Amino acid sequence: MSDAGNQTTTGTGAWTRPLWAGLRSWDAAVLLGLVLVVLVGSAAVDGAGTPRFWRFVILEIIPIGLIALPMTLVIITGEIDLSVASVLGLTCTAFGQMWAWGVDSLPLLILVCLALGAVLGAVNGLFVTGFGLPSLAVTIGTLALYRGLASVVLGNRAVADYPPAWTLGSIRAIPGTTIPWAVLVLAALAIGFGVLLHATPIGRGVYAMGNNADAARFSGIAIRRTKFWIFVVTGVMSALAGVFWTLRFASARADNGTGLELAVVAAVLLGGVSIFGGRGGLVGVVAAVALLATLRNTLQLAYVPANTLTIITGSLLIISVVAPYVAGMIRARLRRHRPVSTTTPSAG
Amino acid sequence: MEPLLALTGVSKSFGAVAALRDVRLELRGHEVHGLVGENGAGKSTLVKILAGVHAPDRGVVTLDGRELVLAGPADARAAGIAVIYQEPALFPDLSVAENIFIARQPLRGLRRIDGAALRARTRELFARLGVHLDPDRPARGLSIADQQLVEIAKALSFDARVVVMDEPTSALSGAEVERLFSVARTLRDAGAAVLFISHRFEEIFALCQRITVLRDGHWISTDPAEDLTVDSLVRRMVGRDISAMYPKSQASAGPARLEVRGLTRSGAFSDVSFTVHGGEIVALAGLVGAGRTEVIRAVFGVDRFDAGEVVVDGRRLPPGDTPAAIAAGLALVPEDRRAQGLVMELSVARNLTLPRRWSLSRFGLLLAGAESRSARTWADRLRVKTARVTDPVSTLSGGNQQKVVLAKWLSTRPGVLIVDEPTRGIDVGTKAEVHGLLSRLAADGVAVLMVSSELPEVLGMADRVLVMHEGRLVADIPRARADERSVMLAATGQRGEP
Amino acid sequence: MMSPPPSPSGPPPSTALRAEPDSPARPAAGARVVRRALVVREVGIVAALVLLVAVTATVNPRFLSAQSVKDLLLGSTILAILAVGQTIVVVSRNVDLSVGSVLGLAAFATGSLFVASPDLPIPVVLLAGVGLGAVCGAVNGALIAAARVPALVVTLGTLYVFRGLDYTWATGRQINAADMPPAFLRLGTRTILGLPVLTMFAIVVLVAAGLYLRWYSSGRELYAIGSNPDAAHLAGIPVGRRVFGAFVASGALAGLAGVLYAARFGTLDANAGLGFELNVIAAVVVGGVAIFGGSGSVYGAAIGAVLLVTIGSALPVLGVNPFWQRAAVGVLILAAIGLDRALSARLARRLRGGSGGV
Repeated sequence: MSDAGNQTTTGTGAWTRPLWAGLRSWDAAVLLGLVLVVLVGSAAVDGAGTPRFWRFVILEIIPIGLIALPMTLVIITGEIDLSVASVLGLTCTAFGQMWAWGVDSLPLLILVCLALGAVLGAVNGLFVTGFGLPSLAVTIGTLALYRGLASVVLGNRAVADYPPAWTLGSIRAIPGTTIPWAVLVLAALAIGFGVLLHATPIGRGVYAMGNNADAARFSGIAIRRTKFWIFVVTGVMSALAGVFWTLRFASARADNGTGLELAVVAAVLLGGVSIFGGRGGLVGVVAAVALLATLRNTLQLAYVPANTLTIITGSLLIISVVAPYVAGMIRARLRRHRPVSTTTPSAG
Repeated sequence: MEPLLALTGVSKSFGAVAALRDVRLELRGHEVHGLVGENGAGKSTLVKILAGVHAPDRGVVTLDGRELVLAGPADARAAGIAVIYQEPALFPDLSVAENIFIARQPLRGLRRIDGAALRARTRELFARLGVHLDPDRPARGLSIADQQLVEIAKALSFDARVVVMDEPTSALSGAEVERLFSVARTLRDAGAAVLFISHRFEEIFALCQRITVLRDGHWISTDPAEDLTVDSLVRRMVGRDISAMYPKSQASAGPARLEVRGLTRSGAFSDVSFTVHGGEIVALAGLVGAGRTEVIRAVFGVDRFDAGEVVVDGRRLPPGDTPAAIAAGLALVPEDRRAQGLVMELSVARNLTLPRRWSLSRFGLLLAGAESRSARTWADRLRVKTARVTDPVSTLSGGNQQKVVLAKWLSTRPGVLIVDEPTRGIDVGTKAEVHGLLSRLAADGVAVLMVSSELPEVLGMADRVLVMHEGRLVADIPRARADERSVMLAATGQRGEP
Repeated sequence: MMSPPPSPSGPPPSTALRAEPDSPARPAAGARVVRRALVVREVGIVAALVLLVAVTATVNPRFLSAQSVKDLLLGSTILAILAVGQTIVVVSRNVDLSVGSVLGLAAFATGSLFVASPDLPIPVVLLAGVGLGAVCGAVNGALIAAARVPALVVTLGTLYVFRGLDYTWATGRQINAADMPPAFLRLGTRTILGLPVLTMFAIVVLVAAGLYLRWYSSGRELYAIGSNPDAAHLAGIPVGRRVFGAFVASGALAGLAGVLYAARFGTLDANAGLGFELNVIAAVVVGGVAIFGGSGSVYGAAIGAVLLVTIGSALPVLGVNPFWQRAAVGVLILAAIGLDRALSARLARRLRGGSGGV
């Protein structure tokens, strides 16, 4: 995989040199940031870095991570899906309502919820690829529609009487550790998405269409079909996150996960994916999800109020887009001051 | 006579690349001045210097004898220099009048825009140019020719004394070219200096009084047009004789590889039927707007069609399905290599292997530099000049980029190769290489369908010339009978003697 | 048969392929078609509003009572002001997601000011709120214009940052209506000739913004920037300055909305304005403003705001489960953008047909 990860240029037009084979400098920066936060946090804050700490961090990472994986593909193709948190919420209420009606087979409940997620994602896909509408506006519409439907299903109620086998089972640790077993599912899916994006023809097509849809079409890439299925997969993953959410918090409410879409988008952008499409990778995104969750929990333990965390998340997001610009400016200024090698013009 | 605008000893380098070396140019009022040169000769750098986008490293630009220092495009505009680009940048949602006068609208009380004055001024500008466009019409949907007129009107509104037209005719039809020429002559007669840049010699000779040649960033010559011929011009541009420009070897036609029957798409083309055999080069000629590009897009599956069928090697293709067309052995080198042929942000290797990404994969995975190896092989085969195949394709010259597109499709080992304007906008040397390549392909048994608007290319390369006129196929002329007259007659819809 | 054109220097015969002369374009057709389409769009949304009101009033005539209408107007005022500010930003191909947080900050600032000095004249508080909003907008505008970074991401970030600041300021505290001077609170309920004072603010803002965007050069430049940003740079339009100004305006209007919010509701906590941004974008989209900029009007956006609020009030009257409101908003957004796409496709076809384009 010597040059598999490094075939695209950064936003400022400068050529990114890999820090080591297969990694872009942004990914490396985020990983470095994660390591820093972990080291400094464990040292400076009481309770950070303990197994119990990691347990909570990972429980928080799971739903965001599940949704961030397909969201990465969505944004690289040049689209966006703001309805993911509403899909999560609607799935929660569907789960709760079905349970309230007496459906007590967990596999069946999960299956129906995933199917629901696929349908909701397909609706997004249909509007964007079938009718050719801008995904920002469409998913703002479905954000409202799906959340609204969640309200219709459960109203103000909450369904919270699930069997402990399910709720405790969802957060049970891997024997011998405190790490929740569910993280293995996330890890497997992350590897799957990573391979898909970076080492398969589908992934090549995703990058091509994110950069130049016309050229991709002329090269035989099925743009609409690919985008449609990416939206479907996003719906399924959001639904999976919804199932986990319901069982982890042992409660299904219409407002579950409100605002999560912004956290996911923030993590994906911080992970180095360009909002313009065509650039970015999964390693950075996974690292960014971990970084944000670790930071949040570390600061919580340090009794930093939640507001500050909000401010920090927002600032990191802004920095994530301003930094490349600043870096580009610095590079340009350095180039100007470096002596230009003059080649004597040949006569004639 | 004192030149209106003069460049003396102008040099410009970008890093280690010298784009212009000690170039001189004199533009006189009441004159249309032609500028020719291969790609890389320095024409676009020269234009950018005139436009104020770049400042020369050395040398002087003088206007009316006085030195002119341009700090940016605004300075150039203020000095009366206007540049009309090939693809004008207008505001689609604003009206024609607003496009012309954006940020300079006539005002009335309380600094409000005076709509009536805006319209009147716009109409007056168009009248001066001898053309007519509705000032209130939104710019969206205007043809490229009309867009250029808006840009020219804008230049006029700035009292431009120097008008630079950078390859303005590539996307225009004959009547539109005529209209552009008459506008250029109007500007000339009113005293402006018009700098006209084009790859098309017939236009240069039709319009220009003097012609300057650049080569490799150097000024080569400036002569009155009447003292020049196409041959002498080419020789100055290239520095060598181009006799092998159309190396067409005799081909024996093989089996029918591509059959198009009754292809119809309402509004674009109707009842188009033709056959291309292995081993032959078939040119698809016609006026711009005749529907040729639309036909081949439909054949390749990029667009759908309403009726008819496309058969490749005896098997019918499903309409609108490009992957199926590629799988059947079709390949299409599109008209616009930057927007359609290549993904500029990706590397040479990724671009080259894009159509074959599935066949290069094992168990669905692309591993261990398979793409780079394949790309290197094909880049070498076509002599694409690039340091590493992992470099972004945007760093290559136009001619090399076109070769990457060709390599990309040749690597799919097509049975039928369709090329749309294969040598548009590339230098004479690479042109010859491309033509040689197409000839060799045909000799190897590939069926080649070539859409071209350059008659010399059509007549030089083709075994047969298909001519389209307003969406219909009106002629199928074998090489022996194909000449300018027969092709033009068919293209303009007249029946000539057989 | 066309012959090569005469030329002063006797060139070789032309080898370019020439077309027959194009038919002359129908002069005023293009402009008429566009004007009609725009009017149809705005008339359409007004028609939808009228239809909704008519149907609801038929079911329950009290829907059109003075009190009910007053409530509707009051309810849509805040959203309309935000929508006007958002329009200014959206036409330039940007978006401002931080307006809800700015509103919250300004509202809380208003309350705090009054708690600190209850005798502060109302115009001063108004100015303070607007000023605070303008500062927030300036932060957005500076980042976006100077660093040329995408507005979506920056305002997403400032949405978080401003809200965090608001929470920090308001931690644990809540400002009650009792803490505010009654004169100020009356502003929120007073009517003059049946029209709420708050709505008059909105109308003034609306007309001012409408005139600016239509009749002032810098306003038209905002449309130009949204229509074709590269061409705007080439044309010498000070894109950075204009975009900065647009965000300052959006922030200032959000600040004004915050002050009026405080006047209307009196009781404030750190959650004021939470989630407003999506309603604002919904109003703007429904009102016919293109999400990618270049076209649309503040009048349409304001009507969109009124329509959205009216739906909220009409649904219970129509006997529809009020939990359907949000879903209805969603459907409306989807319908609006679908309609716009269909309209602009038809428009493009008509315009292309008339000009003999290639």
